[in-house]
Amino acid sequence: MEWVNAVVQGSLLGGLYALFAAGLSLIFGVMRLVNIAHGDLIVLGAYLGLTVTTLLGLHPLVALILVVPTMALIGYVLQRGILNQTLGKDILPPLLVTFGLSVIIQNALLETYSADPQKMNAGALETASVSVGGLSLGLLPLLTFGIAIVVIASLQWMFYRTALGRAFRATSDNQEIAQLMGLNRRHIFGLAMALALGVTAIAGIMLGIRTSFDPSIGGGRLIFGFEAVIIGGLGNLWGTLIGGVILGVAQTIGAKIDPGWQLLAGHIAFLVILAVRPNGLFPRINE
Amino acid sequence: MPDPILKLNSLNAFYGDFQALYGVNLEVSQGEVLAIIGANGAGKTTLMRSISGLTQNRADMVTYRGDAIGALRADQVAAQGIALVPEGRQLFPSLSVEENLMIGGQVGRKGPWSLDAVYRLFPILKERRNQQSTSLSGGQQQMVAIGRALMANPDLILFDEISLGLAPIIIKDIYAALPGIIGEGMSALIVEQDITKALSVSSRFYCLQEGRVSLEGASATAAREDISRAYFGVE
Ligand SMILES: Nc1ncnc2c1ncn2[C@@H]1O[C@H](COP(=O)(O)OP(=O)(O)OP(=O)(O)O)[C@@H](O)[C@H]1O
Ligand SMILES: [Mg+2]
Repeated sequence: MEWVNAVVQGSLLGGLYALFAAGLSLIFGVMRLVNIAHGDLIVLGAYLGLTVTTLLGLHPLVALILVVPTMALIGYVLQRGILNQTLGKDILPPLLVTFGLSVIIQNALLETYSADPQKMNAGALETASVSVGGLSLGLLPLLTFGIAIVVIASLQWMFYRTALGRAFRATSDNQEIAQLMGLNRRHIFGLAMALALGVTAIAGIMLGIRTSFDPSIGGGRLIFGFEAVIIGGLGNLWGTLIGGVILGVAQTIGAKIDPGWQLLAGHIAFLVILAVRPNGLFPRINE
Repeated sequence: MPDPILKLNSLNAFYGDFQALYGVNLEVSQGEVLAIIGANGAGKTTLMRSISGLTQNRADMVTYRGDAIGALRADQVAAQGIALVPEGRQLFPSLSVEENLMIGGQVGRKGPWSLDAVYRLFPILKERRNQQSTSLSGGQQQMVAIGRALMANPDLILFDEISLGLAPIIIKDIYAALPGIIGEGMSALIVEQDITKALSVSSRFYCLQEGRVSLEGASATAAREDISRAYFGVE
């Protein structure tokens, strides 16, 4: 039963990792940009949530109403102001610039909020649990997993069923020809980054309710997101959720064997899958 | 003659340091079909790219309805009513046939062309509308590329080698459909390797040679030896 519990808890944790990964996957899919600052942007989302909840006395989940659009706006401005200028044939400039951005965000957070760990207060939600078949499942992890499913289903729908998604796919296929269709790729990329950071805001707030955070933890979240994307297969959003679940399960099982093994077990699972299937489990299939 | 809808004014175009077009002057009037001929590498595609904004030049080198558009981006040019059927078709592989057509209509210009109108012109596309565009035959892909450009309801449509790589019978079909496409008041520029074909559908032609206009004239009265001289540059 203990092992079943570890698998179930790990799967739910995977929902959070899928939220970390979804924005990363979206950005890579649309503009082939690997955003090194993604983890720090998650942490920025958590801090914005903290500010909103303390200033306005709102519940963190209600704070999403303000933090999601704020992060989306930051995403659009960031893309049009800086990142668009780095995109081209050479893959190095976007890596260097987003790495620089990562350092800047960390330092700005350190200046503003100090290095002290912070946490958002979600009241009863944090401790509430339901009992299912002898297992005690936390309401918060369940909710996070549910949100991950809703977010991924919505992104999937947007990608394959809306004019915006069509524009994303066309621009990803062929930027020049998309431009001929009246789509300005700089604007389209701005919208993609806005959407990605909107999702990142959700990831940041769910993270900030679940655990304490400080300005330095972005790198670790980037790695988890990254691993979930790669395990699931590039460009496949549902694959990303499965990637998150595999990572989460590996971590909880590792921790069960020896608490020090939690992170290591996740990385090992990632490396094993990468060795067996270099393109991930479910590389992009055209739906 | 009415005011030209499009004018190229001593157009020079470059790829980095390499100059592909030298002082090209050209005019298209409202409703006119113009043929552009020339050997491989003569600069025909570069001409199309320069008009459609894929290659940006000095603003006054391209004027459209009197406005200098030479420096505009392709999406801005598209919004003004110029559409390109690019060389090699270049459909979006991630999009279905119907989505490829719909994205052509994204510029939101009003006019006679709609999904239904394109399906009436090419009924086979309606049957195939939910397929990946890459699963179609070459001729059908060309129909999608043409339909995609028409969906923008352009006033000026540019065709870059629509018969490239297609079977003769398919080429015949596509050229048979052309008058119905260009029909009402639309102007067209047709780049074509097959000189006879090019002259038969156009009222005037321009011949390019190494980036310069080497000959221009009325298609009906063009002398073959003049054309071959202008085409190959042999004296
Ligand atoms: N992207 C590019 N970079 C550098 N030079 C180019 C590029 N594209 C074309 N050129 C050069 O510009 C010149 C004109 O090319 P262009 O493609 O316009 O010719 P074309 O008449 O369309 O030829 P084709 O009949 O083969 O399609 C050629 O010398 C070609 O090598
Ligand atoms: Mg060409």
